[in-house]
Amino acid sequence: MLSVFLEVLRRDLLLAWRNRADVLVTLAFFTIVACLFPFGVGSESNQLRAIAPGVLWVAALLATLLSLHRIFAQDHSDGVLEQLLLSPEPAVLWALAKILAHWLTTALPLILAAPALALLFDMEQSATAVLILSLALGTPILSLLGAVGAALTLGLRGGGMLLALLVLPLFVPILIFGAGAVDAHLSGTGAAAHLLLLGGGSLGALALAPWACTAALRIAVE
Amino acid sequence: MESAQRFSLFRYAAPNMFYPLAGRLAPMFAVAAVVLALVGLYMGFFVAPTDAVQGEVYRVIFIHVPAAWMSMFIYLVMALWSGVGVVFNTRLSAMMAQALAPTGAMFCFVALWTGALWGRPTWGAYWVWDARLTSQLLLLFLYFGFMALTAAIEDPRRADRAGAILALVGAVNVPIIYFSVTWWNTLHQGASVSLTKAPSMATTMLWAMLIMALASWAYTIAVVLWRVRGLILERERHTEWVAAELDAAEARA
Repeated sequence: MLSVFLEVLRRDLLLAWRNRADVLVTLAFFTIVACLFPFGVGSESNQLRAIAPGVLWVAALLATLLSLHRIFAQDHSDGVLEQLLLSPEPAVLWALAKILAHWLTTALPLILAAPALALLFDMEQSATAVLILSLALGTPILSLLGAVGAALTLGLRGGGMLLALLVLPLFVPILIFGAGAVDAHLSGTGAAAHLLLLGGGSLGALALAPWACTAALRIAVE
Repeated sequence: MESAQRFSLFRYAAPNMFYPLAGRLAPMFAVAAVVLALVGLYMGFFVAPTDAVQGEVYRVIFIHVPAAWMSMFIYLVMALWSGVGVVFNTRLSAMMAQALAPTGAMFCFVALWTGALWGRPTWGAYWVWDARLTSQLLLLFLYFGFMALTAAIEDPRRADRAGAILALVGAVNVPIIYFSVTWWNTLHQGASVSLTKAPSMATTMLWAMLIMALASWAYTIAVVLWRVRGLILERERHTEWVAAELDAAEARA
């Protein structure tokens, strides 16, 4: 059973490595979106420091959103998905492997790039650490919930916009707790509550989302 | 043979059985809605006393509060029908969910709009990022997402089941969204405007509001039954009973 998980994970990571331009484009998108805000709201550093956590979280949200279609679209078009569903292996396992591969190739680079962007917004070092932690705990929820949306919109015309409409309202709590963690840290109340909620949310999504995702995949493929 | 058939709830799960039942029930609920709305609005606008603090502006609550209640309740009912559809694999449940969604979105929009009209004279702004307003807005987006998804999928069976999964995922998330937004709001600003500390209401006000809530219920049931009749005809147009039904309707006309 575990071998399916590892095999699908290895395959998806290999595919991502072969198409590494896709991963880099997501990263570039994240950077550019974050860099747009100073042009929009002005470069006054106090203001930038105040909006930085929210801006970086929104940018991470949008970058994840735009990469969600990669989880299943290619496998759907070349028939791999159908074969995986026909195989006797538990679908939840390999779906989870694909979601994990997506997180490793999309969210992890964003988390690694975030400290550099935090410098552009002149964030304090301890606040940056909290931001990284909140991203690390919160982005798994984005991948897990997003995979359900991606599976639901698989192969639909105008799927991208539809996907945004489906998942963005569901991402709002993550944005609130993610950006809120940094604010809470800066205001002195401590970020523990926010981070614990994000971690709990990740575990809850980990328990529930793969099931919804496989149900949606079966509907999309049949 | 007919007498041997025991009464069963599942009897009306068949679209061809439910179609005439819906046709009989819908006008009754429509009449009830009109009567209740007339009584409720008369009580609300002419009988209920003027509010000591807010003046005449408060009278928008006779539309606003029932609309907000319905918008939240309809999403739950939608998720319930979706769950029934997933478990029992009944076609009618998905049709019910899809018939409910536009009405829910409409009530959501009415609640937001009347809230804005009330907010301008009371709070001095059409919109504040209050927890209730924000979660209501997100609920509207959830309705739009459900409608957009079911509309984008051409195969009706796939649309039904994909919509059901989305409605269930949304229903799990609604309380999370509500509490996160509440918390976010209290962190950002002290509750400058609070709706939770409702002042004790005059009895006539409460009655008018309850009657309006009942009117919204009756309206929702009537409209949904009518809409589901249309959906049934559309889905079942290849069957004999629909052909017979349409012939009969033509003969009457």
